[in-house]
Order: sequence, then structure tokens, then C-alpha cells
Amino acid sequence: MGILVSKDSRILIQGITGRDGSFHARLMKEYGTNIVAGITPGKGGMKIDGIPVFNTVFEAVEKTGPNVSVIFVPARFATSAIFEAADARIELIAVITEGIPVRDMISVLRFIEAKGSRLIGPNCPGVITPGECKVGILPSKVFRRGRVGVVSRSGTLTYEIVSHITAAGFGQSTALGIGGDPVIGTRFVDVLELFRNDQDTEAVVLIGEIGGSDEEMVAHYIRETDYPLPVFSFIAGRTAPKGKRMGHAGAIISGGSGTASEKIKALKEVGVEVARLPSDIGKFLKEEFNEK
Amino acid sequence: MKIHEYQAKQIFGKTSILVPKERIATTPEEASEIAKVIGLPIVIKAQVHVGGRGRAGGVKIARTEEEVLKFASQILGMDIKGLTVKKILIGEAIDIEKELYIGVITDRSSNRPVIMVSSEGGVDIEEVANKSPEKIHRLTIDPAYGLLTHQAMNLAFYLSDEIKEVRKIASTLQKLYLAYLDSDASLVEINPYVRSKDGNFYAIDAKIILDDNALFRHPDYEEMRDLTSEEKIEQEAKEKGLSYISMDGNIGCVVNGAGLAMTTMDVIKHFSGEPANFLDVGGSSDPEKVKNALYFLLLDEGVKSIWVNIFGGITRCDDIALGLVEAVKELGIDLPLVVRLIGTNEEEGRRILSESELDIHSVGDMEEGAKTAINLSKGKE
Repeated sequence: MGILVSKDSRILIQGITGRDGSFHARLMKEYGTNIVAGITPGKGGMKIDGIPVFNTVFEAVEKTGPNVSVIFVPARFATSAIFEAADARIELIAVITEGIPVRDMISVLRFIEAKGSRLIGPNCPGVITPGECKVGILPSKVFRRGRVGVVSRSGTLTYEIVSHITAAGFGQSTALGIGGDPVIGTRFVDVLELFRNDQDTEAVVLIGEIGGSDEEMVAHYIRETDYPLPVFSFIAGRTAPKGKRMGHAGAIISGGSGTASEKIKALKEVGVEVARLPSDIGKFLKEEFNEK
Repeated sequence: MKIHEYQAKQIFGKTSILVPKERIATTPEEASEIAKVIGLPIVIKAQVHVGGRGRAGGVKIARTEEEVLKFASQILGMDIKGLTVKKILIGEAIDIEKELYIGVITDRSSNRPVIMVSSEGGVDIEEVANKSPEKIHRLTIDPAYGLLTHQAMNLAFYLSDEIKEVRKIASTLQKLYLAYLDSDASLVEINPYVRSKDGNFYAIDAKIILDDNALFRHPDYEEMRDLTSEEKIEQEAKEKGLSYISMDGNIGCVVNGAGLAMTTMDVIKHFSGEPANFLDVGGSSDPEKVKNALYFLLLDEGVKSIWVNIFGGITRCDDIALGLVEAVKELGIDLPLVVRLIGTNEEEGRRILSESELDIHSVGDMEEGAKTAINLSKGKE
């Protein structure tokens, strides 16, 4: 089970013939993900690792019936790729591409809202329901099937923390990165809502970072909805200098807002345990579930 | 990317938002020449990428030719919050009757542009937001339709009761939104937006922050870039696909992914070490990037040990290992090197490193890596 993707998901890869797209198509397939088609305009008719390539998403939809698309298309062309996926009524679109102009994302998200699709990212690692389906670039090896839901604004930091969860003897129901840009599709609160309704998820690990106010919105949501699952968190950027953009466009502390300490305070106030080191997350889970 | 007031006004000028007669000067003599053309009195304003110029003495009104020379020489070369003033804007002094605020910003929580207006112009808008939030009026713009005329009018009515003025303001608001779109800005702001005694409305000050991701669409903005020496190195790194920020410590960090790179710094600090930098090699896999990363680290003479912390996803550990081996050979690195490679193609990466016979301290996890790098930075094994 888990959320967003499962063994029943039918995956389309946009940008499948590029260096990253073709490499990760193979890794996804090796993981057992059901990849039904790839897209690269002008390369229709080709096959990549046995996956048929089409010129347009509409053609792929008609012939292979995908419901999830993962986008590896370079930034300058990615906007058009996302529009096309949403236009063809792909239900879930995960955008790995980084560097997409914010104005384009604002238009894309408006379009997606009208079409009823869901977008994850951009600038994200994708989503995995371990043992069933991997969509994106997450390294398979660190994930185990289990009952901890993981949601993160980061990519590699997600792998880091998941490796501690797995080493502590816990698996993941679903793990995903929502992306490090200021304007993104699916947000922390949306994912928490999905985990709430997922029978396989018994705890949530939330990996935040400086910048924006999504962590504060999580705190508000937990309080307002009396969130039933235990939530554990790690916030990156405690020692980051002010006014500097730390790689992620979203990770910037400006004025007095968006600091790690404000986020940690807001989360602690609603009963979320916040780790000082990534390895603490494993310890928190052991304490929580050994007590029961 | 931040740009200067005078550059923001150039962008506004294209949309026919009214700005005072102004020109840029880099010497007191130039300032004096410009003042003669515009006519006294004139306003002299420091062009630096920080707020609070007025309070720092970076904005002055000159009423005589002597004052123009005197104030221009004072302000040029002045230090404002650590930035040196290299350019001054010389402009006509407008007779101000009313100061307003108008701005458009990308709102992260709604994923849409928000337009804001306030009758409290000429002061820090964040202060207004804290002290009297009822004086700021906002509207979330639907990007499918833009700022509609009646919406602009409704906002303008908060700023004036006179229909003639309301129409002028509404028209400026729509132009401001178009400037935000056309320039791919994350913020456009006119503060103060002023009504002069002659009944016109002027953009007295202007601020635009551009979206770095969209700069490829605006090659003409490249010449607007004005960087401090520190920022120049950061920019140079960026052109090589790296996010690099120099810090004061002695442990050089090479990490993939911004979240992990921040955490790497946090963990070093947790164990009482000091990171020399933030460095993210970015989200694609290329041995060349590691070489470049080490090049930038070595520019910093304070670096005493190097910690390469890689959790491969889209970045492949074998690419990192290849880059490391080449970098050590080509750059002649003799600093202690702590390496942690895990994730995509990690076995291949480790094999490349062990076959290279480089002197590397291999570590299995972040905490061990931080402690090892801290010890080595102090000359301990």
C-alpha cells in the first residue's frame, strides 16, 4: 500500500533518452517498477532497455495507459513537458529537473489545478513505496518496506535519514522528496494528510530545512487536526548564515523568518520530537515503538 | 539576483511607470555635470544591495553646486553594512505630498503572485506589517488572468479617494505586475510610490529581485550583475554548476545536495568543529564538478582538512571517485582527505579509490566523518 505510488502504478518517463533519464529508467526497472513508456520528441519508435519510446505523451497514453509520469527533461524544456503530461490527464507527475523558472512553475501549477493532476517537485528526488514501486532517482538500497512514512524537502538528506531509519530496524511505507524550490506542487501538509489515511503508515518522519514557512504550517496542521500519528523531524540549516541562499532556492533565511530555531520551536510545541543529528531519528523510532 | 535601484528603474521605465529624471555617476565631477543638466536641488543616492541607505547617510539632498561635490565625494566610497558604494544615482528632487507602497511578490504558500499596497510608504514595509497590518492590503493574483482592472481599482481605492488618482494608481499596479512577469522577478517593489505636488505619481525608489533560474531568458540582465569579491567567487562556482558559500572555519566540505550539505555543516558544528564552506556539487553526475569543487576549496587558505560527504542518488559515486583521483593528481592536494561514498554505484566508487592508492581516510557515516575531519584539521590522526 503506502501512498502515491504502488505496484499498480504505470509509469511514463519523460526525457528517457538523456543521460540521467536512461540511467534511472534502468534502475527503476531493475527495482521492479512497472515502466510502460518513455517520451523524447523526435525519438519515437526507439526502445530503451525494452521500454517503448514515443514522440508525444498523448500517444503513449493511448497505447500504454500510464497514470504516473516522471520528468527528467532539462530545465528549459521541462515546463512544456509538465504541461503536456497534465494535459494528457496523467494523475501524478514527479519532476526531478532542477532550475525551472519560478514563473513557469506558477503557470504550470495553475494548469495542473484545473486539470486535476498532482505534481511532486520540481527539483525533487521522487517517490518510493519500497518493495513495490520507485519513481525517480532515490537509491533503492537504503529503503525497506515498513510502516514509517517519510517526507522531505531535500534529496540526499532523505537518503541519509532513511538509512538511519532502516538501520534502526524500521522500514518505510512511502518516502518522498517534495523539492527544494520556493514554488512546489505537493506540500508537507498534503503528504501528512495522505499518510493519515494510509493504513500502512504508523509514524511520520518529516525532514525540513531553513527558509519558507512549510514547517510552521505543519505545526499548525498537527494542532488543528489533532494529528493521530507520531511525527519525528529533522531540520537542516541550524548553523546556516543569514541572507545566504544555501543551494536550494528555498533555503534562505531572510529577516527573522524561516530560521531553523523558529521551525524547531513551532514543531516542538505541538509534540513533534526534533532530532539534533540524523542518527537521532532511528533512536526516536526505537523509543516510540519499543514502549508499545 | 539582486539589482540596483537605477537598474530596476530602467526595467520600470520600459513599462512607462513614471520615474524622476535621473542618471548614474561614479565620480563627484560626473555628479556635478549631471546636476547641471537636471537642475538643483538634486537627490544623491548610494547604489548598494542593502536596505537602510538613508539611515546610514547614503542618501542626501544637495541644494548648491558645492553641496553636490561635497555629498557625492562623501557617499562614493562610503561603507554601508559592509558594502562599498561605487555608484551614485543623481536625480531630480520631487516635491513629495504623499508616500505610498506598492509591490508584487511570489507567495510561496499559495504558489501565486501577491500584490500589496499600503498608504504607509517610505518606511520598511516589514515594520508596517508588524505594527499595523491593517494598513497593508493584499490580493492574490490568478496567473491565468493576471491583475484585472477592477481588482487594481479596488486596491487603488485604499490609497486615494479621487477617481482620477485611483485610475492612475490602478494603471501603475497593472504595469507593475507586467514588469514582475516580464523580468521573471520574485519581487518588484516601489517604496515610496509618491504623489508629487504637481499631481503626478513617481517611483522614487525601486527594488527588483530576479529569479536566478530564469536568467537564461534575459541575457541582457547579465551586465546588471554587481558582485562583491566574495560573491564573485560564489558566482564563478555557480557557473561551474556548484553552490559554494565561504565561511570562517577550517574544514572544507564537498557534499551532494543542499539539505545534506547544510546538515554536514550542522554536524561539524555539533562536534565543535568549524566548516570552511557550504558546497553542493549539484544534481547531476560529472567527475569534472568534483575537480572544480576542490579547486574552490583550495582558494581558501584556512582549509586544514577536506571532507567529501556523498550520498549518491542522481550523483554516482564512481563519477565522484574519478573526479577526486584526477583532482588530487592535477591540483596536488596535500591536505588530509576524508571520504564517505554511499548510494548509487558506491562499490564502483570505492574500487576506483582503493586502486588509485590515494591517501584517503575512508569513513562509513556522517558522525565519524565529522569527527575524523575535525581531528585531522587539528593535525591529529
